[in-house]
Amino acid sequence: MIDRRLWEQLDGRLVVLTVALIVIGIVNLFSATINMGGDGMPFYARQLIWLSIGGVLCLMVFAVDYGYYKEFAYLFYLLVLVAVLFVLVYGLVAGGGQRWIRVGFFFFQPSELMKIALILVLARYFADHEQSDGYRLRDLIIPTLITVVPALLIMRQPDLGTAMVMVFILCSIILFVRIRLMSLLIVCLTILLTTPVLWLFLKGYQRTRILTLFKPSLDPLGAGYHIIQSKIAIGSGGFLGKGYLQGTQCKLHFLPEHHTDFIFAVLGEEWGFVGCCVVLALYLALILWGLTRGVRTQDRFGAIVACGVTAMLFWHVVINVGMVLGIMPVVGLPLPFLSYGGSAAVVSLIGIGLLLNIWARRSIF
Amino acid sequence: MHIRRVASGDVRSGHQYFALAVICVFLIFFIRLLYLQVIKGQELRSLSENNRIRLIKITAPRGMIMDRKGRVLVDSRPSFNVVVTPEDVDDVTSLSQKLARLLHLTPDEIAAKIEQPDAPPFQPIAVKKDISWGELSALKARRLDLPGVEIQIVPIRVYPYGTLAAHVLGYGGEINKEELKERTGYQMGDWVGKYGVELTWEKQLRGSDGGRQVEVDAGGKEVRVLKEVQPVQGRNLFLTIDLELQRYAEELLGKQSGAIIAMDPLTGEILAFCSSPAFPPTLFAKGIAPPDWEKLVAHPLHPLQNRGIQGMYPPGSVFKIVTATAGLGEKVINPEIPINCTGIYYLGKKGYMCWRSGGHGKIKFHRAVVESCDVYFYTVGARLGIERLSRYARDCGFGRPTGIDLAGEKGGLVPTEAWKRERFGGAWFAGETVNIAIGQGYLLVTPLQLLNLISAVANGGILHKPLIAQRVEDLDNKVVENYHIQEIGRLPVSPENLALLRMGLVGVTQEEGGTGRGAHIEGIEVAGKTGTAQVVRIKDGLRQRAENMRYEFRDHAWFVAYVAADTPLAVVVLVEHGGHGGAAAVPLARELIKKYLVLRRGEG
Repeated sequence: MIDRRLWEQLDGRLVVLTVALIVIGIVNLFSATINMGGDGMPFYARQLIWLSIGGVLCLMVFAVDYGYYKEFAYLFYLLVLVAVLFVLVYGLVAGGGQRWIRVGFFFFQPSELMKIALILVLARYFADHEQSDGYRLRDLIIPTLITVVPALLIMRQPDLGTAMVMVFILCSIILFVRIRLMSLLIVCLTILLTTPVLWLFLKGYQRTRILTLFKPSLDPLGAGYHIIQSKIAIGSGGFLGKGYLQGTQCKLHFLPEHHTDFIFAVLGEEWGFVGCCVVLALYLALILWGLTRGVRTQDRFGAIVACGVTAMLFWHVVINVGMVLGIMPVVGLPLPFLSYGGSAAVVSLIGIGLLLNIWARRSIF
Repeated sequence: MHIRRVASGDVRSGHQYFALAVICVFLIFFIRLLYLQVIKGQELRSLSENNRIRLIKITAPRGMIMDRKGRVLVDSRPSFNVVVTPEDVDDVTSLSQKLARLLHLTPDEIAAKIEQPDAPPFQPIAVKKDISWGELSALKARRLDLPGVEIQIVPIRVYPYGTLAAHVLGYGGEINKEELKERTGYQMGDWVGKYGVELTWEKQLRGSDGGRQVEVDAGGKEVRVLKEVQPVQGRNLFLTIDLELQRYAEELLGKQSGAIIAMDPLTGEILAFCSSPAFPPTLFAKGIAPPDWEKLVAHPLHPLQNRGIQGMYPPGSVFKIVTATAGLGEKVINPEIPINCTGIYYLGKKGYMCWRSGGHGKIKFHRAVVESCDVYFYTVGARLGIERLSRYARDCGFGRPTGIDLAGEKGGLVPTEAWKRERFGGAWFAGETVNIAIGQGYLLVTPLQLLNLISAVANGGILHKPLIAQRVEDLDNKVVENYHIQEIGRLPVSPENLALLRMGLVGVTQEEGGTGRGAHIEGIEVAGKTGTAQVVRIKDGLRQRAENMRYEFRDHAWFVAYVAADTPLAVVVLVEHGGHGGAAAVPLARELIKKYLVLRRGEG
């Protein structure tokens, strides 16, 4: 199925970066969840299973000519949209937030897959509708709808983080394919002017909820407490860290989400400044790879997909690490390859598969 | 594959600015890490040792539960728990010994609690709950000598009237894993309503917990409070129950097993609801001790069961109200044409006995109701057939829960041919129909269903949803929710037939030979119907005297009654194993009605 020439085009650097992050992720997750009982299988083992599934999918995504992805982009998008809708309706019926579809013993979140579907469909749209002198506002109405409809559904789940990342992916792609300067200014001005008006319409509790995102100390028993503990955990790591398996702050459940959204705090506590810098350097290298090599293809669709995947990884890292370091709003989002969570791991690996695919076929065209 | 080549300078250039932006963002992270880990590293590390910043929960008191006149039935009071944070304890053995003396426990008990292997060491563990004032002051005096020991103030439930209305008030307890999955906004260790109105109105009764973010020293003592959020008490629930009537009903029932429920027939409001034997809800206030729980569960009289809505019994002759309604409605009987009761009703070769062995002779509708003649109603049942009879039963509210806001209500059973085929695989016999016509056989009802029936007879035919709560008020006494009268059905009866039926039911208590004569009150028109729920099938037509039977084989006594005058009231009384003919139940209903009339007169 995969011919030899294609294997020769597999980018070693990207593979090494990804594997390095995965290895660090598992090693760190083992430490983070060592005291957590859970039912049956330990967390790191579950994560390994998901990563294996993700690895296989990554290779499959890599092997198939991405021209097919372009062809079936809309169909795939619709399928995932139906799944998102299903989960939402089912969740409403069952009462309480629901994000998962059960797959055997595991649970999968369609909202995670939505990000990939969105990137493909936006790339298809912008590839089909080319504007050599930049896009006007009216050209952006359809891509905005394509993004906002699933984003609103996902926000209802409620998963604010994923919805936000989707909007950020759209913005990144729009900047990438170029928007006219005038249009960009109009958009910025409108946002600046309408925000205060919208604020007036919000109810008291809605305002406090938004304010706590930016100022966690307003919720000293919830988010505010988490951020304090997160900062203490990271800071207490010092320059060299407390040593592997030696962290106490995180494992003792001060951070309820320490194996998912706050996993970076575990790393910071045990591996210190040095460990954090190594991991951030790996992320930086990964993202720069996407921005310099990933988008270097003659094919417009491929370049936009590469940009979208890179943007997805970038925003996840930025929002998550920014939150854990206490300099960004508190929004729950996983850190790619490090956080515990099957759907996110699979989707990140599918993204890597897309990047590899586009790079391998850059010169065929 | 069709791929379009792109003009150079389109998407491929310009991304160096992207890279620059990304690098800038990572630079900010780098600086932040430098600040947190290198510059402030020492300070934050000292805060992390012994977990110096802690969150201490302040549990909000639950709302109060009152009767219809605002008298407090369930309140909250602060209780003092001794908690130990294992992480802050240097020497468990010496601490256990010191605490043991102060708390009247053994050192081993305390040590075992502190050294739970799976609990996180920073989590405070309750060593003794609800300590006395003496223990509290002794503990406070030696506070500095006891590192890791704190006193936690937790509100717990108090019941000023003991077991009063226990099944309605219900109880709560620490949330379990399943409840944690179902409910949002709860944590391990939270107290949650599990039974009765504590469960139904959990959302309103529960307050919102507060908490303190504190910095502690190495011994776990508070150094300063960083942030504090005050708890907010839950909302108050006003029941429809009248405390005095409730208390009197429970006195009437005394040590007998059974149920008494009283309802305002015009609104469906429950005024008294007692199920006996009851349990002391205060046992659950600080988490029920396992031996207490086992005792309650294993008790032969099942005190945890709410007989009013969970006990299912054959309705006995009370069901003749339904049979009569169906007979008149379907015109299979004419109230003026008598039926001959010889004391036995033959269906083929099989005979069905009337309770009066000599028979009633030629008897018309009115007297058949008054004297509760079995043969008359066997005849009506046989003429109707099971399908029509069971349709009327369902229309009268049987076979499904009434919808009262208490969990676990049973629906009872109204048998049909289809039901029997499915359940037993056999055909329906005519003999089973005649048995159902006098309320025996497969038929099962709850006391509340019977009450709802008699209440509908009293008010002209409307089946109401039985209301247990009137309203919810917030802390400023502002009404947040109001529970209004709600119609759930109508008796399938015409006004003329209902009038006939009511005359019969009045005759039961007023006329010579009426089975409920004991409920007669001078100057007041009381209507009623007695019933016997057979516990053991009558063999060979032999009825034994109750005194000669073993207690658990004796029949249950039913009586439903109402007064329709200016102060209407509907009552159901069930005395388990009270013997035949409602004799044990009738006087209880009479006394309760009298009490109610006195109470209402007192109100002016």
